[in-house]
Amino acid sequence: MYEFNYHRPASLKEAKKILSGASDAKIVAGGMTLLPAMKFRLARPSDLVDLAGVSELQGIREKGDRLEIGAMTRHAVVAHSDLVRSRIPALADLAASIGDPQVRNRGTLGGSIANSDPAADYPAAVLALDAVIKTDKREIPADRFFTGMFETALAADEILTSVVFIRPKRAAYAKFPNPASRYAVVGVMVAEYAKAVRVAITGAGPCAFRTPQLERALSGNFSVAALDGLQIDAGDLNSDMHATAEYRAHLVMVMARRAVAAACA
Amino acid sequence: MTIKVSITLNGEKVSAEVETRTLLVEMIRDHLGKTGTHVGCDTSQCGACVVHVNGASIKSCTMLAVQAQGSEVLTIEGVARNGKLHPMQEAFREHHGLQCGFCTPGMIMSALDLVSHNPDPDDHEIREWLEGNLCRCTGYQNIIRAISAGAKAMRS
Ligand SMILES: Cc1cc2nc3c(=O)[nH]c(=O)nc-3n(C[C@H](O)[C@H](O)[C@H](O)COP(=O)(O)OP(=O)(O)OC[C@H]3O[C@@H](n4cnc5c(N)ncnc54)[C@H](O)[C@@H]3O)c2cc1C
Ligand code: FES
Ligand code: FES
Repeated sequence: MYEFNYHRPASLKEAKKILSGASDAKIVAGGMTLLPAMKFRLARPSDLVDLAGVSELQGIREKGDRLEIGAMTRHAVVAHSDLVRSRIPALADLAASIGDPQVRNRGTLGGSIANSDPAADYPAAVLALDAVIKTDKREIPADRFFTGMFETALAADEILTSVVFIRPKRAAYAKFPNPASRYAVVGVMVAEYAKAVRVAITGAGPCAFRTPQLERALSGNFSVAALDGLQIDAGDLNSDMHATAEYRAHLVMVMARRAVAAACA
Repeated sequence: MTIKVSITLNGEKVSAEVETRTLLVEMIRDHLGKTGTHVGCDTSQCGACVVHVNGASIKSCTMLAVQAQGSEVLTIEGVARNGKLHPMQEAFREHHGLQCGFCTPGMIMSALDLVSHNPDPDDHEIREWLEGNLCRCTGYQNIIRAISAGAKAMRS
């Protein structure tokens, strides 16, 4: 790991000032992705801005049918939160399925989403639960946030502050985990709302995406049977050492069926 | 550039002059001389380096020493009391929960975090919890048995 300057601001204002003042500063949240990348010298920031001391970025709040979760909220906190478990149990289940206990004790919601790893779990929830991503500058709707592999709509000096999830009637997440890392080979989140059904897929493409085809099939008939005979196109999906695109296309339908069955249970 | 990092290590206030890039595990082993915490993979996969920071188990190869400033850190050296093994350590000894012992400090620190949340874990819950701890020797069966027995001893 190369040397860097370390900063631990106590407020968002202070964090912004440091970020804009340094030549190549990077935010560190849980460090579960960034620190390994720095060890491999894939990242070489001049300055690290640790958000752990910024209290504005912590906490889970309920506002009507919305749950707002601070960017620095650890996966373990979401997994164990009574509020999340009672309002959007699928979101608590998803957080509990990330990596291992030690990863969940450090990794954060904001870090996971800002990173847009193609195999990360949270992006599926952000899309399926019609979330709004709040930053120090603006609010970004989920559908415009993930722009590619490890790419998002965030600017280099923009700080993700919280994510606002909309409570569905029912929802569930099903993933086929990589047996070593627990990252999603394919993960599917389904969410039923009064006026729409949202289906989001992670692990399969360059970044998480929605599938209008499955959403149409499930709207008006939210049941496993509504997915009978459907297939998704393998054309745009990832092929790698873990799975071919064809296998991933198959897994999407299997996970979609499991997710709908779990949501209906 | 070095920074003075002060932590409470196993109940004792200590500090060290470290670089910003010094990992917590390097500070514990190389600066503070507590070598019970191991480094297996150095890539956050194996769990040999698990310690507790403010009560939560974490992989100390993937946390900077500066990030632990002011924290309470517990390592395997801080687990025994008055020269007597902790019930979880005793259970690993009794149930052959180790062979070479390389993974054992991390296994025990991870197990203690599990028991703090769940005093009576079943075998399935123990297996799920050990997702981030690899053992190349035992085949895990005796580790599961040891943790189950250790949890039981801690309840009584
Ligand atoms: C062994 C292992 C297994 C894992 N398994 C899984 C898994 O099964 N599923 C899964 O989804 N993930 C998994 N992860 C990843 C884990 O969830 C990480 O927590 C996550 O990818 C990054 O979150 P972080 O808080 O650690 O971010 P960091 O590593 O600190 O940061 C990641 C990136 O996001 C940026 N960033 C962080 N916070 C903000 C913010 N508030 N605003 C703007 N930019 C920000 C950083 O600058 C950096 O570029 C695993 C990781 C490990 C090490
Ligand atoms: S040495 Fe830290 S997880 Fe392997
Ligand atoms: S006892 Fe040798 S690695 Fe676990």
